[in-house]
Amino acid sequence: MPEFVLPEEIREGDTHVGRRMLRIEDRSLLRGEGQFVDDVPVKKGTLQAAFLRSPHAHAEIVSIDTSEAEKLPGVFAVLTGREAAEQTDPLIVGFENPIDYYGIAVDKVRYVGEPVVAIAAVDRYRAEDALELIKVVYNVLAAAIDPVEAASEDAPLLHPRSDSNCVSKRNFVHGHPDKAFADAEHTTELTVRYPRNSITPMETYAVISEHNEETGGFDVLSNFQGPFSVHTVMALALRIRTAALRHRSPKNSGGSFGSKLVIFPYIVVLCVLARKARRPVKWIEDRLEHLSAASVAPNRVTRTEAAYNSDGIVTALRLTHWDDHGAYLRAPMPAPIYRMHGVSTNGYNIRNLEVTNHIMMTNKCPTGAVRGFGGPQLYFAVERMMHKISTELGIDPLDLMQRNMIKADQFPYKAIAGALLDSGDYLKTIEETVSEGGLDALRQRRDEARAQGRLYGIGFAACVEPSQSNMGYISTLKTGMERERAGPKDGAVASVTVSVDALGSVNVIGDSVPQGQGHQTALSQIVADQLGLEPNDIVVSLDTDTAKDGWSIAAGNYSCRFAPASASAAHQAAFRVREKMARIAALRLNVPPGDIEFSGGKIHAANNKDNAIPFYRVGGLAHWSPSSLPDDVEPGIRETSMWNAPELTPTTANDEINTSLAYGFGFDFCGVEIDRDTGVVRVDRYVSAHDCGTILNPGLAEGQIRGSWASAWGATFLEEFCYDDDGAFRSGSFAEYLVPTATELPDFQLVHPTPHPSPYTRLGAKGIAEGNQYTTPVCVANAVADALGIEDIQLPLKPAKVLQWMQVAEPAPSQGGTTAIAIEGKSSAIDGSGDMHVPASPQEVWDLLLDPDQMARLIPGCERLEQSGDGRFNGTVMLGVGPVKGRFEVAIELTDLDEPRRATLTGTADGPLGSSRGQGSFVIEPDETGSTVRYDYTVELSGKIAAVGGRLIKGAARQLIDRFMRSLVKQAGGGTESEPGPQRSGFLGWLRRIFGGRP
Amino acid sequence: MKHLSRDSRHPVSFELNGRVVEGFSEPRMLLCDFLRHEIGATGTHVGCEHGVCGACTILIDGKASRSCLMLAVQADGTEIHTIEGLTRPDGSFGILQQAFHENFALQCGFCTPGILMSLSEFLKDNPDPSVEEIKVALSGNICRCTGYTEIINACLDAAAALRASKAEAV
Repeated sequence: MPEFVLPEEIREGDTHVGRRMLRIEDRSLLRGEGQFVDDVPVKKGTLQAAFLRSPHAHAEIVSIDTSEAEKLPGVFAVLTGREAAEQTDPLIVGFENPIDYYGIAVDKVRYVGEPVVAIAAVDRYRAEDALELIKVVYNVLAAAIDPVEAASEDAPLLHPRSDSNCVSKRNFVHGHPDKAFADAEHTTELTVRYPRNSITPMETYAVISEHNEETGGFDVLSNFQGPFSVHTVMALALRIRTAALRHRSPKNSGGSFGSKLVIFPYIVVLCVLARKARRPVKWIEDRLEHLSAASVAPNRVTRTEAAYNSDGIVTALRLTHWDDHGAYLRAPMPAPIYRMHGVSTNGYNIRNLEVTNHIMMTNKCPTGAVRGFGGPQLYFAVERMMHKISTELGIDPLDLMQRNMIKADQFPYKAIAGALLDSGDYLKTIEETVSEGGLDALRQRRDEARAQGRLYGIGFAACVEPSQSNMGYISTLKTGMERERAGPKDGAVASVTVSVDALGSVNVIGDSVPQGQGHQTALSQIVADQLGLEPNDIVVSLDTDTAKDGWSIAAGNYSCRFAPASASAAHQAAFRVREKMARIAALRLNVPPGDIEFSGGKIHAANNKDNAIPFYRVGGLAHWSPSSLPDDVEPGIRETSMWNAPELTPTTANDEINTSLAYGFGFDFCGVEIDRDTGVVRVDRYVSAHDCGTILNPGLAEGQIRGSWASAWGATFLEEFCYDDDGAFRSGSFAEYLVPTATELPDFQLVHPTPHPSPYTRLGAKGIAEGNQYTTPVCVANAVADALGIEDIQLPLKPAKVLQWMQVAEPAPSQGGTTAIAIEGKSSAIDGSGDMHVPASPQEVWDLLLDPDQMARLIPGCERLEQSGDGRFNGTVMLGVGPVKGRFEVAIELTDLDEPRRATLTGTADGPLGSSRGQGSFVIEPDETGSTVRYDYTVELSGKIAAVGGRLIKGAARQLIDRFMRSLVKQAGGGTESEPGPQRSGFLGWLRRIFGGRP
Repeated sequence: MKHLSRDSRHPVSFELNGRVVEGFSEPRMLLCDFLRHEIGATGTHVGCEHGVCGACTILIDGKASRSCLMLAVQADGTEIHTIEGLTRPDGSFGILQQAFHENFALQCGFCTPGILMSLSEFLKDNPDPSVEEIKVALSGNICRCTGYTEIINACLDAAAALRASKAEAV
């Protein structure tokens, strides 16, 4: 691995920063001695919480009966949404909106998995037992699923205080886009759909909450990651002083990738539950809960229009986004789209821009932060467009990108939407990557492959990689007048405290809430350099405690905040300690403080290393002998830096916003081959380069890049949260929501280009953890477009989808027109039909079907069936697939009765495993030896049962129906029935039955 | 097969990393919950509770097993090894731990206990593995932080160190 070049001031001498120092964190983690929330010892008597969750995407809650659950021994508290709403205020977001959100459903459920009732019991097992005893009656409503369709007038409306599912629409004009479009030689457009995904950390959400009688507030331990601006949101919702909400995080968090930001609604609900239970309550989210209801990145539809000239210069972009935030907005949502606003033109010198943002509500899991935070969606649109323009002009895509790139002498560069791009030489980075990564050889490889008739494509993608978010950018969503009323919002304060005790031991605390990035290690390197010590001399504690730490609203771990912000704060705090100790030492050494240096555990005169005092002695003086300190020096040594950068200014009146402080640059290219028979896209070669300024620790930095590559590859090929048209959720386990494992993840070549340190951070460091989230999905998509000669590429690149494109790729692809936003139809319904012979007269068959006692014997797993009215039946049925078994309350209604010929049957089944709705009809016709019964049915599944085993369940449901029909024949007098079976026959039908293919 | 009454707690005892441990468990309690919350061996982590992610992998009588797919009462009388047993008696890293440390093969460390146990079983039977063989051995463990390359490198290093030292255990 080549050496990273460091800025001048750091390169002097032998620094720890820049070294591949092994991680301090490993010492506990590799021994199984880490401390994650669930490892922290709790008080005896701490209860465990569990949530009853909605099986429906959209429904009114008619009634909730918790009486049986409350009676179960070991249950201490049961909390409904209505009760929670009486004790809390809605969780606020950054702008006026029509959503009342309490973290638990009140009167209505709006997505599958939404909490409906919370229970605290002596252990999780009993809490889940109690959930099964709760009876909820729902009135199911139609669901809004597609973000573009959800905007239409006749779409089901999620929030009654609004007249539209579009809760915010803003239009931004920068430069003169209309004129640029009118003047351009060419214009084009492309609509892309970016899927809904997340990075699903291995450790799920974890919260321990307790009511504090002294403060009237709550003590909480959780793996919340910040930003701590959300602490205020929680305290306001709980109607307590912010200081009375004491939040702590333990030293380890099992990954987050953004997702642990929106744990906070659960914290609020669990605080209320703990107060009601009068005991501490602990909740460890399970995987189904996490996948269905924790957090996802907003999926987005973007229509991009571009104006360009024949020389390939792009003069204007118009971006229209429909950003799908699911059922509720949770602070700081809809931040991702605004976090990228300033860099809407990526690394291109495009001076005219129009952006329209629709913030859409749909019946899906609400969104949160996911690594990349708005970038993957934006750059997918922009970089796909660059590819499309190159195709239209017949220019090589890379050439086109280079023609439009910001040039080195333009830095710092003020992008048209407001980002102040701090440093870089994008063309040089590309040049170095192309050369080291062997683009020429790859082009040759493509030519050879194509000559053999193989489908091979090359793709490119570049990204400006923002780090350290401006806390004011979300205000860009408001109008200038609204902003003026609210007062300015800007900056991003980072806090690190460095203290030296009486024996010279150094302690560092900070607000960076690490989740595995190695912050302890990097901070020890930074502080050791300042104080002339070894990193091992520094004790870094990054567990947090809002009651004791120095922190501000920007605290936390998100948007690549550590390298620019926390590193700067640590550098500044250590520098202040150094200055103070230099003044104390100066008095002893008889030299001016400015001539003091620190090295090898000593403080000495710059020009005479022998004129020295041990570091620990100065620590001792500061604590043991205040009288011997210079007059204006306070005793003790403890310096807190609240570091901020002046470049993070508020949104201007023209809606320009410097969304982040430091901007790295990433550039990737790749070669892919597509299998003609299977549609499998194989990454043949992938090259990735990142200029993130100063590298604090190459081992940590490379880990961030490789990790980003892995999750970005997952987003490209596998990961998507799937919903049916009716809102049923289909991705509830790791068997449905696929993530990369070692066997399928390809390796890639990492190029280390010449770094361009940031002039705005104290060490020149920029963020590095998100680059591949931006580049990889669109780089591979561009390669697929190159291979197939089509532009409508949708992720993830599942083989079945790619095969379809290959079939339509033969005729020329059609694009354009404002109607290009096609809605992909999906349905989870299990349907079928059949007929069979029953050796009984139509009247006998009819009597059988309408007799509840007879039916109870025929329906597999039926425990009870009673007639509750004319043509109405109620009962309980025990159903299961493999180890998953559950009891369902069944209600059936027969209508259109035409005795003894035909009837229509509608029914519902509800239970802890989920719910299903079905409709069917049967026709009885006399034949030579009895009757022929013809039937058809459609069954829709929702809830847990659909989320974790859609494919299995479909097969099982068909079998159940077949079993029922066979029993019917037997009951009616046996004999030979014709084979009942699904509609489809032949090999394809067999395949579909096995794999549960969609109709 | 012995029938255990559903609502009472039954004694469970096994050898954990060379020491006999004892506790009581309801029949339905998962082994991972028993290890973590009854015994206090929190080194083993729980990531999915449906047998896919591999974080809870431990060695039961020498075989890598998912402790989330097994009941505590089923482990009675077995010999169990977990991450806590990899550290040498003097407190220093074992060969596999050291290789992970030197290769930056963990970040958040949540999946690491399961990966270490999968690989410790694998290396016993595969002293000189290829990269492809290691990938297959890792296919039952999900890591969302690293991208696996560092883990594969660590495994190669550990295998080489094992061969050089002729040690039997990692």
